[in-house]
Amino acid sequence: MYRRTVLAIAAGALLLSACTGTGGSSKGADAEAPDDPAQVSGTIKVLTVRTDLVQDGTMDRYAAEFNKTYPKVEVEFEALTNYEAEVKIRMNTENYGDVLLIPAVIKKSDYPKFFASLGTQEERSKKYRFTDYTTVDGKVYGQSPVGVAPGFLYNKKVWRQAGITDWPTTPAEFLTALKAIKSKTDAVPYYTNFAAGWPLTSWTYVNGSVHCDAEATTKLAEGDPWAQDADLRVGDTLLHDIVKQGLAEKDPATTNWEESKPRMAKGEIATQWLGTWAIVQFQDAAKKAGENPDDIGFMPFPAQADGTFCAVVAPDYNQAVNVHSKHKEAARAWIDWFTDKSGYDKDNLAISPLQDAPLPEVLKPYEDAGVKLIDLDDAKGAQVKLIDNESEAGIYAPEYRQKLVDVARGATEGSLDDLFADLSKRWTEAQKSVGS
Amino acid sequence: MTDTTPKAAVRAGAGAAHLAPVPARAPRRARLWRGVTPWLFLIAPLALLIIFTYAPIANMVAYSFTDWDGVSPELNYTGAENYAEIFTREDLFRVFFVSGYYLAASVVQIAAALYFATILSFNVRFRNFFKGVLFFPYLINGVAIGFVFLYFFQDGGTLDSILSLFGVTTDHAWLGTSTSANVSLAGVSVWRYMGLNFVLFLGAIQSIPGELYEAAELDGANRWHQFRYIIAPGIKPVLSLTVILSISGSLSVFEIPYIMTGGATGTETFVIQTVNLAFRFNKTGLASAAAVVLLLIILAVTWVQRRLVPDDKVDLV
Repeated sequence: MYRRTVLAIAAGALLLSACTGTGGSSKGADAEAPDDPAQVSGTIKVLTVRTDLVQDGTMDRYAAEFNKTYPKVEVEFEALTNYEAEVKIRMNTENYGDVLLIPAVIKKSDYPKFFASLGTQEERSKKYRFTDYTTVDGKVYGQSPVGVAPGFLYNKKVWRQAGITDWPTTPAEFLTALKAIKSKTDAVPYYTNFAAGWPLTSWTYVNGSVHCDAEATTKLAEGDPWAQDADLRVGDTLLHDIVKQGLAEKDPATTNWEESKPRMAKGEIATQWLGTWAIVQFQDAAKKAGENPDDIGFMPFPAQADGTFCAVVAPDYNQAVNVHSKHKEAARAWIDWFTDKSGYDKDNLAISPLQDAPLPEVLKPYEDAGVKLIDLDDAKGAQVKLIDNESEAGIYAPEYRQKLVDVARGATEGSLDDLFADLSKRWTEAQKSVGS
Repeated sequence: MTDTTPKAAVRAGAGAAHLAPVPARAPRRARLWRGVTPWLFLIAPLALLIIFTYAPIANMVAYSFTDWDGVSPELNYTGAENYAEIFTREDLFRVFFVSGYYLAASVVQIAAALYFATILSFNVRFRNFFKGVLFFPYLINGVAIGFVFLYFFQDGGTLDSILSLFGVTTDHAWLGTSTSANVSLAGVSVWRYMGLNFVLFLGAIQSIPGELYEAAELDGANRWHQFRYIIAPGIKPVLSLTVILSISGSLSVFEIPYIMTGGATGTETFVIQTVNLAFRFNKTGLASAAAVVLLLIILAVTWVQRRLVPDDKVDLV
């Protein structure tokens, strides 16, 4: 009996040594932009998170448009519902499409092992925004087709009913506004989307807007995000107070993201903290519910520096070329075309990644109100991610804010200060071990 | 009886011994084939077993000694560091308290399954129908169950509506507080797995010969006596197996809380925590070590249990 077990384990170990021997051999390859569009050929596979656009044929329409310029390139799409988890596993092989979105899990320093470079930052940053998010050693490895800015989506009609016409300028004013909504209307003043979890992670993008600081990411890497008056603390405290004062939905544990869209359009929900990307979805929901899509408003975080609001513009998923791709030129052509000419940014009412493009219509109120849009310096972005993982704080994960909401509504014992103190402690300790 | 055959053989052989040669041993090749044949039949299942069970486990054990993040081509051997971290961080073990809820629930679950199995093993009207009803939840996919019960526990959802039919109006968020969320989730798990226990018990009870009941009835035993002295001892091995499965199941609860609450509001279990370590914080090495530790804990619990309740041979007669 024992001998047999040993045999099985030995066989397993043998297999194991065969399995783990993967390695990134080709390093730092380049995906050059093709000179003559008519000559590029090959079939490329594009991985995407937009299941909806692949299913309703929108992506195929983009591809057809693309083929007018690049007739010999065939584009295939593969939409993944659970993108991060699935791509992560596939990236242990060489077969992860020709064009893909850079998953959050990949360490920035590993980019050259997985992706082909799109050019130097010096040259690309003249034309494109967000280049420093994917720059390693001066070379850029990805480009986001759209930029997003965080903000509160709100139902204008409900806010008006409650008698509030101006955007609140401080967290305290914001709370007063929500209280007015609670007492004067039937709407839920603020909806957390606690059950889905990820909408809570949007609160991390408060970072930068509070103090209008383009160096906010560097501060995360070098300072304590939950120190007194730090951006994340201000944002998290506001979330806590909203829930604590009973201004959020009664039972967060059973919230429903898809349902929250039509409910907001109908005025059953007054406010949600999300991003510009959500506007188009909520407007669609309003149309479907037979409501006026123009009632969906968008406002910045209630904080001002020198009398102006600030909003951080950040890239969505960055598209990159697989370093193992056999058709790098075609893949590069797709990324360039999709970013510059597809109109994907306009279709999604998003901020264009092109430096000289005008702001989308939805941000008109921002322009009118003089909201300052800032690009964060992402030089320390990789460091922040490392600290985040090491400390298990999870500023890009929903758990700690779910705990915060639980503390605020009294479902879990503890106080906000304890929670912040614990996060600070873990964060600063991780800083030391990662900082080397 | 036993001694007749050899004698007969000797007698038969006595006359023929010098004529017929002693059957020669099979040639070497044939012997080799005979030795190999069972293994040939086993190639397919063994290959599957090794590829899909032992190789991943070996892989996982190997990863548990590294700092691998799950994707990076580089991984460093860190020795027992991950294990040291697991055993020095008490917050990693605090989640086992949640298993207590599921452990308590499995007591309820086994008792209910035993009760229904006993009743339905006797002649009851619509017996097959009830068997189907009780087993049905086990056939539904766990993900679907998670979603169904999310609506069930929603504010003003199915549970609240049913309660209001009986004039009970609650204003209770079922998944709202830690205790009530865990009790609700454990309730879902009872609903789902009772069918399996029930079928196991029913099978065991039906393997008890029917004459025993008749004899017992002639001796004046009532239903309780029959249960106490015939059924309970008769299904003891299955009962102890079920207890082992429930304990290991309670320690490794995953899908129902993961789908319904994602581990929020104090419903995080050890497996959810491991999944978060691996996929949220990219600590695949540490998560592998946590998985190994859970495996060892379950093996240890099972071993202790087998020691306390040895697997006796059932002998009803």
